Amino acid sequence: MNSINKKIGGLVMSVKEMSAKEVARKVINKDELFILDVRNESDFNDWKMEGHNIEILNTPYFELLEGVEDIMDSIPTNKEVLVVCAKEGSSILVAEMLSDAGLSVSYLQGGMKAWSEYLEPVKIGDLTNGGEIYQFVRLGKGCLSYMITSNGEAAIVDSTRNPDIYVEFASKIGVKIIHVLDTHLHADHISGGRKIAEITNATYWLPPKDAEEVTFEYSPLDSGNVVNIGNTNIDIVPLYSPGHTIGSTSFVIDEKYLLSGDILFIDSIGRPDLAGLAEDWVGDLRETLYNRYRELSDNLVVLPAHFMIMEELNDDGSVAKPLGTLFEENHGLNIADEAEFRQIVTGNLPPQPNSYQEIRETNMGKMTPDDDKQREMEIGPNRCAVR
Amino acid sequence: MNADRLLDAKGLACPMPIVKTKKSMNDMETGQVLEIHATDKGAQADLAAWTKSGGHDLIQSTEENGVYKFWIKKG
Repeated sequence: MNSINKKIGGLVMSVKEMSAKEVARKVINKDELFILDVRNESDFNDWKMEGHNIEILNTPYFELLEGVEDIMDSIPTNKEVLVVCAKEGSSILVAEMLSDAGLSVSYLQGGMKAWSEYLEPVKIGDLTNGGEIYQFVRLGKGCLSYMITSNGEAAIVDSTRNPDIYVEFASKIGVKIIHVLDTHLHADHISGGRKIAEITNATYWLPPKDAEEVTFEYSPLDSGNVVNIGNTNIDIVPLYSPGHTIGSTSFVIDEKYLLSGDILFIDSIGRPDLAGLAEDWVGDLRETLYNRYRELSDNLVVLPAHFMIMEELNDDGSVAKPLGTLFEENHGLNIADEAEFRQIVTGNLPPQPNSYQEIRETNMGKMTPDDDKQREMEIGPNRCAVR
Repeated sequence: MNADRLLDAKGLACPMPIVKTKKSMNDMETGQVLEIHATDKGAQADLAAWTKSGGHDLIQSTEENGVYKFWIKKG
């Protein structure tokens, strides 16, 4: 600690460590935070921390090696200041320099790498007969995953890469994971589904049409089959809803929640091109959004697998809205003309997620990159939606 | 490629490869070439950006078995 506690004019200015969890709380609480991001400009432009009251400045660390004088005027003294970099090394260096210059600052523990992986568990609600549903919000990357519990048993949906988070959470709340499900074969993040199933002896369910090339055993999710957890009536009813991928499946839970995967988001809709040609699947996407989902109850609360912008977060940090509200407010559900829909969905596609082909192959079991490589493949924003 | 000086930054994590590169460059003459070996993947983009902002010239870069090599001409 001595090395990072500096005595300046009798005052001890220290460099503090801030965890991704603490930052997540600040983002959800809409606290004010000033971030000095010292990564290079292209990494910063590709992907950065976001929040309602986050002010952010990008100055690469290698431009600050001579000193921080040039940026001192740009750093507020009335706000908490956090220095971030890719892993943490450079942010410590810069934080120490700012501390030497008389500021009290923190650095992000584990850097953007840790931020990319951090999950904030948020309870969405109670289910009939005592069950609960939790949403795991991956603030740094916009991925949402779920744990549904009933009578001591749990199901996990669309898990992210690190199985420990779910296994530990299940043990903390005293439930046993017996089912692991993915709504589709993900292209933007590596699924932890297979690993969780291995660790817990749970059944791993995948939509068969997305799983034709997978190299491991799984249970096929077919429309109409019901995955039960607990001894009560908490049924997970899969609903075949192609469009984002050919096999995309939605789940209706407890007649209350609609897990829409990457088909429908709060403020956008799924993109149809990540596993094939947009033109081939745009028709399926339209059919799902404009017909299949229309037949469902407006009261179902939509719980998607992603969010794209911080505005999609509710005040408690959750990402959820009634289907009826989305039919009114989500632009992607309100394009009456089919040709216009096709044009918008296939003509406005954002860049594809980083390493999306490799991520798909990893999720199929065709390649098994080491941990570092997997982490690196996932770095960056998710780009699964069309707005 | 001929270099006037070699900097071995293998095994060093960010920000050290650039800190050391900068230090080596300070001791060199304009037009001389520094060859750098590094294993930190982040060094790739950072060295390229640093070279540009410092007015130097990244002549060549390669990757072989996890070792990144760079040749930078002092500007």
